[in-house]
Amino acid sequence: MSRLRRLLDRAQPLFTKGGPYEKFNALFEAVDTFFYTPADVTRQAPHVRDGIDVKRVMGYVVIAAVPAILMALWNTGYQANSAMAGLAVDSAPGWRGAVLDGLGVGYDPASVWACAWHGLLYFLPVYLVTLAVGGFWEVLFAAVRNHEINEGFFVTSMLFALIVPPAIPLWQVALGISFGVVIAKEVFGGTGKNFLNPALAGRAFIFFAFPAQMSGDGVWTAVDGFSGATPLALAAVGGVEAITAAGVTWWQSFFGEIQGSLGETSTLACLLGAVFLLYTKVASWRIMAGVVAGMIVTTWLFNLIGSATNPMFELPWHWHIVLGGFAFGTVFMATDPVSAAMTDTGKWIFGILIGFMTIAIRVVNPAYPEGIMLAILFANIFAPLIDYFVERANIRRRRRRSA
Amino acid sequence: MEASLSLFVRAVFVENLALAFFLGMCTFLAISKKIETAIGLGVAVVVVQVITVPLNNLIFHYLLSAGALTWMGLADVDLSFLGLISYIGVIAAMVQILEMTLDRYFPALYNALGIFLPLITVNCAILGGTLFMVERHYDFGESVVYGLGSGVGWALAIVALAGLREKLKYSDVPDGLQGLGITFITVGLMSLGFMAFSGIQL
Repeated sequence: MSRLRRLLDRAQPLFTKGGPYEKFNALFEAVDTFFYTPADVTRQAPHVRDGIDVKRVMGYVVIAAVPAILMALWNTGYQANSAMAGLAVDSAPGWRGAVLDGLGVGYDPASVWACAWHGLLYFLPVYLVTLAVGGFWEVLFAAVRNHEINEGFFVTSMLFALIVPPAIPLWQVALGISFGVVIAKEVFGGTGKNFLNPALAGRAFIFFAFPAQMSGDGVWTAVDGFSGATPLALAAVGGVEAITAAGVTWWQSFFGEIQGSLGETSTLACLLGAVFLLYTKVASWRIMAGVVAGMIVTTWLFNLIGSATNPMFELPWHWHIVLGGFAFGTVFMATDPVSAAMTDTGKWIFGILIGFMTIAIRVVNPAYPEGIMLAILFANIFAPLIDYFVERANIRRRRRRSA
Repeated sequence: MEASLSLFVRAVFVENLALAFFLGMCTFLAISKKIETAIGLGVAVVVVQVITVPLNNLIFHYLLSAGALTWMGLADVDLSFLGLISYIGVIAAMVQILEMTLDRYFPALYNALGIFLPLITVNCAILGGTLFMVERHYDFGESVVYGLGSGVGWALAIVALAGLREKLKYSDVPDGLQGLGITFITVGLMSLGFMAFSGIQL
């Protein structure tokens, strides 16, 4: 037995019922199960023998997000460094400048190393604040309400950090994750008992509460005074021509060299994550396929209708798929097993609804350039209803068969 | 046709009576525990809305609004201050007549709607629909479409809420929030999702 195991075993009596730190049992359990497989076994039927548990499911999602995280580091730095080169600024302001100068990595947009460092200095504070504030709520609820701290929290905090703009003030990050964890999840009893995706609910909350910091042209690049519209916002003004006129090619969008929230720009990274999630069967292929199918059909319909005044009608589906957060939402957010539909047919309907709503919001709602966030929240609301009708239809069919 | 369609979509989604205007909350929160009853109530609201909004539209245009009584030789009479009491009276009477008709000719439907019909008389979503119709100067055709759309929107919202509440049976809500408390939070989060439509111009 390793030293860590011995230490944990020695500490355990302190946290069990009657021990001095009884209130913090959840915290101890979290640490214990993080390092070791719990010794608990199911005592009553039904028994399922499988290596997969909540810990592994959640761990796999974080692993699947790694490409998106790496792209977030590089692209945030790349966008910042390019903007600085364009504005002829030679040093980042504040503590980031001090750190980067101290490390001597420079601000060359062509250097992956320099970009990744610059991006890290934006991603890391956001992620640490998310983890600390979200973790605080999680532990508080676990201690007071006597339930376990769940690994789902790591997924929520990682995904939340990846979908905020790079230049977001940190107190807004704290407020957003607080809303997501407390109102969208913990008041319902914690992981598995909520009905909205907590990360998205938090993001939507700060989106509506602080529109100045969450939308517009100035927030997508982490350089003061630099203003650049996201390709999706450009498309809303002038269609594909406006995107290409700004010097953004389809391949650049696919690869993720565009402005946007921290980790959602790269369709390629999301695709890699999707392959991993589908291979391990953690995410549902039906939902992903449904979203893409719904998106393609809706786009095709809008293309067919056409509009003289709204260039978004003309945007083809292969552009929709690489712009904004579509890929990230499809792979990581829509497939959240708790808030999605549970039945197989229901998953298709749920996915198609998301795809349809995303494009409908992008095209006909001038208030929001991006639609996937609200589309998923909207579909979350209807997920139990979809399941209900699928079950009803199932019952009717079986009854007819046996009659 | 296109104008009617856009009015319908707006009434169902963008200006959803329950989730954008928070009208009819008492029945919305109270009768949303089971999907089946929610569907029954939703259908009843649609039916009543489709009948009362156009009817009140006729009453407003031919009896109450300024100059409406010209045909009786009373050109400068403005009875619009009687609006509220007339509308609610019409709604109550309509619901009563509807209930008796259903009881006599469609007992199955009457049993399905059951207690909800009289309950709807005092549902502020119904009166709200009529008042919006007056405020926005809908003509008769528009008021039919608006009545249908606002009813369907309300029904959709209550059925979705019932679905969520059936799912939330398995959740573990803190003691102080159980029952209505968590339902209020749920409705708030639902309207966050419905914010997807705000800003759409049709």
